[in-house]
Order: sequence, then C-alpha cells, then structure tokens
Amino acid sequence: MSDSFNGGLNGKGLALIPRTDSKQTLKDFKSDQEVRWCPGCGDYAILAAVQSFLPELGLRRENIVFVSGIGCSSRFPYYLNTYGFHSIHGRAPAIATGLAASRPDLSVWVITGDGDALSIGGNHLIHALRRNVNLNILLFNNRIYGLTKGQYSPTSEIGKITKSTPMGSLDKPFNPISLALGAEAGFVARTMDSDRKHLQGVLRQAAEHRGASLVEIYQNCNIFNDGAFDTLKDPGTRDEITVRLEHGQPIVFGTGENERAVRLSPTGGVEVVRRAEVADGEILVHDAHNPDPSLAFALSRLDEPAFEHVPMGVFRSIDRPSYDHLLNEQLATATADKGEGSLADLLHGGDTWTIG
Amino acid sequence: MTKQVQQLDRVIIRFAGDSGDGMQLTGDRFTAETAQFGNDLSTLPNFPAEIRAPAGTLPGVSSFQLHFADHDILTPGDAPNVLVAMNPAALKANIGDLPRGADIIANTDEFTKRNLQKVGYPGNPLEDDSLKEWRLHAVPLTSLTVRALDGFDISKKDAERAKNMFALGLLSWMYNRPTEGTVKFLESKFARKPEIAKANIAAFQAGWNYGETTESFSVSYEIKPATLTPGVYRNISGNQALAYGLIAGAVQAKLPLFLGSYPITPASDILHELSKHKRFGIRTFQAEDEIAGVAAALGASFGGSLGVTTTSGPGVALKAETVGLAVTTELPLIVVDVQRAGPSTGMPTKTEQTDLLMAMYGRNGESPVPVLAPATPSDCFTMAVEAARIAVKYRTPVMLLSDGYLANGSEPWRIPEVSELPDISAPFTTEANGEDGTYLPFKRDPETLARPWAVPGTAGLEHRIGGIEKADGTGNISYDPDNHDRMVRLRQAKIDGIDVPDLTVDDPSGDARVLVLGWGSTYGPIAAAARRVRAAGHKVAQAHLRHLNPLPANTGEVLRSYDKVLLPEINLGQLAMLLRARFLVDVISYNRVRGLPFKAEELAAVIGEVIESV
Repeated sequence: MSDSFNGGLNGKGLALIPRTDSKQTLKDFKSDQEVRWCPGCGDYAILAAVQSFLPELGLRRENIVFVSGIGCSSRFPYYLNTYGFHSIHGRAPAIATGLAASRPDLSVWVITGDGDALSIGGNHLIHALRRNVNLNILLFNNRIYGLTKGQYSPTSEIGKITKSTPMGSLDKPFNPISLALGAEAGFVARTMDSDRKHLQGVLRQAAEHRGASLVEIYQNCNIFNDGAFDTLKDPGTRDEITVRLEHGQPIVFGTGENERAVRLSPTGGVEVVRRAEVADGEILVHDAHNPDPSLAFALSRLDEPAFEHVPMGVFRSIDRPSYDHLLNEQLATATADKGEGSLADLLHGGDTWTIG
Repeated sequence: MTKQVQQLDRVIIRFAGDSGDGMQLTGDRFTAETAQFGNDLSTLPNFPAEIRAPAGTLPGVSSFQLHFADHDILTPGDAPNVLVAMNPAALKANIGDLPRGADIIANTDEFTKRNLQKVGYPGNPLEDDSLKEWRLHAVPLTSLTVRALDGFDISKKDAERAKNMFALGLLSWMYNRPTEGTVKFLESKFARKPEIAKANIAAFQAGWNYGETTESFSVSYEIKPATLTPGVYRNISGNQALAYGLIAGAVQAKLPLFLGSYPITPASDILHELSKHKRFGIRTFQAEDEIAGVAAALGASFGGSLGVTTTSGPGVALKAETVGLAVTTELPLIVVDVQRAGPSTGMPTKTEQTDLLMAMYGRNGESPVPVLAPATPSDCFTMAVEAARIAVKYRTPVMLLSDGYLANGSEPWRIPEVSELPDISAPFTTEANGEDGTYLPFKRDPETLARPWAVPGTAGLEHRIGGIEKADGTGNISYDPDNHDRMVRLRQAKIDGIDVPDLTVDDPSGDARVLVLGWGSTYGPIAAAARRVRAAGHKVAQAHLRHLNPLPANTGEVLRSYDKVLLPEINLGQLAMLLRARFLVDVISYNRVRGLPFKAEELAAVIGEVIESV
C-alpha cells in the first residue's frame, strides 16, 4: 500500500471540498419532494443509505452535486437537498465531467442504471473512467429496464424472457465490474441495496477516493425482475456464494465443509478451490492497490457462470491524478509561465499595421 | 533592362499546386505582405479533403486565392487575373476559372510525360498552342530553385521543396510587395534549422531577382494602399476571429470559458486556437464524441462557466438532445456550427448554408433557440461576443452559424479596443428569491424573462433542475397541463423578446424598388454584386441579417417596403421559407448549392434580372 493511497483513505480525496462547520443530520439531505418509486423498490434502501451517510462526510451541502441520466434510479437527485441535475439518457457522466473538471471544489455524484450507463451511455462511462474524472458513479444494476416497463437490459442474463424478447434475449450481458476494470478505473466496487452497512462502507471509500469511482449496486426491481439477487440475500445461500473482498485478507468464503478459497490458476487467472485442499500460503491475498488491474479483472470473472460465486467489495482502489487536477494544473502552469491572459495583447498579437 | 511599372486598382491571384507544394503557406505569406503594404484584401483557401491525395493528381490540388485592391473589397474575387500552376493537375483543375488574357505562371519542370498522363493531357499544353488565349509564362521553377541553392548544405529534396518560396519571390516582385516580413517569418519558422531557413530565404530572393532580370516578365504592377478606417489592423480568418470572440465574450461576461468539442472539419481550428489560451482560464476538453462535447459544456455552465461547443452540421445533429436540455434547464450555452456541405458527411471542406432550419427547429418539442450568423470572417469575432451576451443575459443556448467559407477565408480586421467591447456580465444569484427564504430557480426576471442562475457552492440555494417539465417558479417536476402550456409559451416569449438591433438597409439612391437580402457568409458577394449593379446605373437596396432568431423587429416592415425582395442562399431556400411563413412576403429565392461561395458577377446578373422585371 502506497503512502499516497493512505492519504486518500484519510480524506485527501475530499481535501479540495469545503467542510461544513455545522452538524448535519439525515434530515438536512432530504428534499421536500415526495419519493415516487414503486413500493418495495430497492432504490428506497439506497436513498436512505445515501441520505444517512452523507452527513458523515462533513462537507458543505451546497458543494455536493448529484447528476443523473434517465431511468428509475435517475430520479434520485430530486430527493436529495443538494444541488442536482436530472439530465438525459446516458449522458450524465459527460455532463458531470464538465462540471467536475471546472469545479474541483465539488463532490460530484453520478446516479445511473444498467441501461443508462451501459447501453445508451456506455461510451461516456468508459471515457469518464479512463480519464479519471473526479466523479462517484453509482450504477444501480437491476438487470432490467424498469421505466420503460420491462425490456431486457445489457446486464440481463442470456435467454431473458421479456416483452421485447418473448423467445429469450440473445446477447451476452456486460459484467459492469469487468468493463470498468477494462477501462482501468481507479476505484471499482460492488455492493448490495439491502446491505446498508456494506453499502455505506463502500460509498465512504468511493467518496474519499479522488478520481473516478465506479460502484455497482445490485438493486432489486420488484416489479419487472423481482428476486434477481435473492441467492445473494437469502441466509441459506448467501454465505456460500458471496466472496467478500477485503484488502490485505486472504480470499476465502463459504462455511464448514463448503469453505472455499481463491488461488492463482495455472492458466494465469484465478480459480476457486476447496479450502481444505490448499495450503494457507497458496490462498490469494486481495490487493486492491495493485497498479496492475489484471488480478482484479480475474476476480471480477469469478462470477461466471453468473451467481456461482460473486465477489462483493472493493476490487480496485489505486491513486492516480484526477483529470480535473491535471487540467487545472495546465492552466496554472500556463499562467505561471506567461502571466494571466490580457485580451488587448491577444487581439494585437501577430502581424499588425496601423492606418491613419 | 528597364521594366515597365503599371498601375492597377485590384488584382486576384490564385496559387495552385499539389497538396505537398506548400500553396497555403505561400498564399498566407503573400497575404501577410499585402496586408503589411496596406491594401484591402480577402482570401479563399481551397484544399482537398484528403490529407495527402496521390501526388500530381486532380484530387490532390490545393489552391489559395487572394484578392487585393487600393479600395475596400468584399470578396476573394470571382476570377483570377493570375494563376500560378505548380504542376499539370493545378493547371487543369483551375484553367476553367481563368478568364482569357489572364497570366499563367507554370512550373515547366513538373510538366513531364508522366504527370501530364496522370491528369489526362494528351500533349504538353505549355508547348502546343492550347493556351494561346492566355499570357503564359513558362518558368522552370524547380530547377531554377535547385540551381539557386547550389552550395547550400541541404538535400536535393529540401532544395526542391523551396520552389514555393521562389514562386512567392517572383510574385512579390511582380506586385512590388514588401519582403522583410517573409524573411523574418522564414527565420523564425526554421529557427532550429538555420540552413533550411537560409535556403528558403535564398530561394525567395532568387525568385524576386528572376522577375527583375528575365525577359519573360516585362511588366510589374503597383496597387496603391487602400484608404481604410484609421486604426490598428491585422489579418484574421473566420475561425480565429470566432475563437477570439469566444475568449472576449468570456472575459466580458467575467466567466471562465469551458469548451467541450470533438474534432470535425471545418471547425477544429477553433478547438486548436482555444487550446492555446489556458492562461485566460480557458478549459478545453476534447470529448469522446459530439454529444459528450456539448454535454460537458452544459455541465460546466451548470457549474458557472460559459459552456461552449464547436462543431459542424453532423455534430449539431448529434447534439440536438443536449441543446434541448439546455433550452429547458435555461442555462447559457454557445453552439458553434461551422456549416459544411451536407447531408450526412457531404463535402467536409466545402461551404454551405444548409443548417439554418436544423438550428432553428432541429430538436424535439417546442424548443426555441436564438440563431446568429456572422457576415464576414472578422464579423465572427463580433457575433461570438454577441452570442455570449445573449446566452448569459437570457440563460439560453445560442446557435452561431459560421461556415467553411468564413472559417478559412481571411480579411484585414480593425482590432477593437477592449474598452469598445460591451460589458455582458450577469452576476450569479446568491440570495433567496422566494417566501421564507426559499429559492425559486424558475422565477423569472419580469423584463427579460430570464431565470436566476445560482451555481453549486452557493449556500441555501440548493435546487434541482432537469429535462422533465418544471413547475413555473419552483422548478419541481410537474405534469400539470396548464403549467406545461404556460412554460412552453414562457420559453418562447423569452427568445422572442431578445433585444436585437434593427435591420439596416443600404440604399444610396433612396428609392430602389428591389431589395436584395442575405444572411451569413453571402454578405461579401451580395454587396459586391449590388455595387456592380449600381455602377451600371441601376438602383438596388441591400440588407443583411446577422440575427436570424429572433429576427430584427423591423424585418417585416423592410421586406414590405420593396416591390421585390431577392434572397440568394447557398441552400434550397431555407430563410426564404421562414420569411414567407412569417411575413407573407413573396420572396424570390436564388439558390446554388455547389459547395462554393456565390460570385459577384453571377449575383449581379440575377439582381439585374429582378430589376428588369419590376
């Protein structure tokens, strides 16, 4: 673990954002708007978790901005008493890029869904991640289109029967974690709508990470795709398939005779083996700060076939300069080298001549 | 040998060669010398779309036309008096534009059998009598250059490449141009390669001396300086003027400029120019696509920057949804469309005025946007400042329609004093404006109908905006039918009420019965045509629209004051359709969509026909 990364965890990521001098509570972050998701929607749990977690950051409320695209989740900003921008389908990362690049004093959050972020907005998502724009992107993944009433999404499993795919969907889904790691995002994590403690823990790390953070939140759509994550929630199956990633800890999961471990595979990836069959030293120790994203990517592929074993937690958290930092540094360098721009000098630059 | 010096009032020169021959640079240098001398001038570069088309072929021909005079001129000229043809392709591609009797300076070294075959010349036109109706000067430019550079420590290839400077030297002699600027330019351009610098300067001087000594050129010409409005001048292209106008707009609005842009011909030079000026606090962002360019600009505007995006027609098509979001969230945004020939990819390096209706209406819903169009290259500066003024004052996206002709054309520009520029700042809202200290993001200024602009970081004014219809005042989501009707009308009324200067009419006689109207880049050719018509003893009035939405308040009155209104457009009648619909005036359209600007002669004939019909 590098020192600079320690700095990140200690709040360096928020250093440019003015801190509040008054005590905040959950109430301060609730807007006066009535929340209008379907009863039972996973979005309620995420909203409550975010509202109760924001006061912890200790930031001035007016320096927090939520930007969203289109979809059920994208109504999120209306329910938070911060600055908010509910934009158009897929474009939230691009809009937020302009905002974050020009305002390093803001904590900018992007609220998006699997359709918004991975279909119509896929291009903006990967570019925001590779540029390392100072954004916290919360991707609510319910593996279905909710607002348009139930078509399959780019994270739906193959063969999904929906209104638009009566004989089953044909295309292989995206794994959002693999995609984000492929774009070399600096912070990549997965969490669950119903696990408030884990969700808030991940959000805290995302907020404190300066640069682009992608947090995939498994979110249940109880109308069009109910129970999509039940095996991860049901106490009977949960612990057998959930691989909890913790930096510096050996990766083991399951209970009793079913306890399993992750180790490097001979083919260069990682593999799951019975715990009893491996020596302690062979078990892979999770290193979220490894500058090389290959192992994190391999871990993201453990969920293949889907839901056989699902890693949850922070896959990757590395420190590299954010886009806004580099951009503003160029402005500062140009100004330091040549002084502040003078309009009169600019207009009179080049070859001039005088008449009269 | 004493050479004759002849006085001329104006000259049009076209330099043409292969894209690798340095014709644009040669033209730029001749332009700089001419500007320095004090002539009025106007230029038109014409380059192939291909970056490096095969050498010696017709698609690889690049040219640069320059019109200069002892009086104020309006266009780069219809037909050249002199063609410099660096190879057979350049001759073949341009001879059609050359009136009989014009001078041709041809580089004989390139008229080889192979090069002639490449462009389909059966024989050598320099040696048969096919060019007898022109004044042909056959000059072995390449070999003369190589010979002049004998003894320089440079490769043969580098020596040959200096032939454009030899040609420039020859033309500089012919037209008595000052040479110090070019010498200085070459010294600085090749500062790191002093031998190349010296060789190019030697080639340039050899060209001059060749003109002075050879019998092939018996006459040189003098074009006296023009009498222009006193002031400090520089030569400027439309794209550069537009970039400077955006900077000036941001400075005068006291806002940081944020440019979100994706490279596209012919707009990219604005991105390049703005990228150089970071010490003005300008952030330039080369986005992943056109949509991200405008989206980032809008996001920056939400944060308190002056958001700008620059593109051409295909890009505007992609940005439409985001422009609609800017309309409904009522945030400042400037969308620059450097129009080019369409539809689809069309002809990227050719000019057109075909995006007017897209700028006006190319969005879903009732989505009014102010539309502006500069008239000349230097007017791009003024109209960019005007776009910033309207965007900031009325909190609205503004479409600024330049085109390929303005973008790459250049002319002398009287540099304005910064004190002459308007203060267009409109401070952010920092105080609550509702009852009980609430903030109403859509409570409008009663005069301008603009909404307040509170930016993130302002305590107590936290609010949410978005693409869903907003309740009047609060901005909360609203599906109320009457509210929607009201908001649609309010947004329209705000744009309709923008303060726009009246349309002025140029009618020296005061009793013309025909008005020729134009918009955007056709100003020069139309005004030059009107001059010709008047010089021939006829009467015509001229007016030019730079504000297309809203139109000047007196537009209808002006149109109705004439028996006939002629409207030349480089499209199939887009403004004509708007004017007919709005004012029920039977506007006569003249339309050509050839990717080229109108010629003054062509328009003069059309105006003449309309006058005769009255």
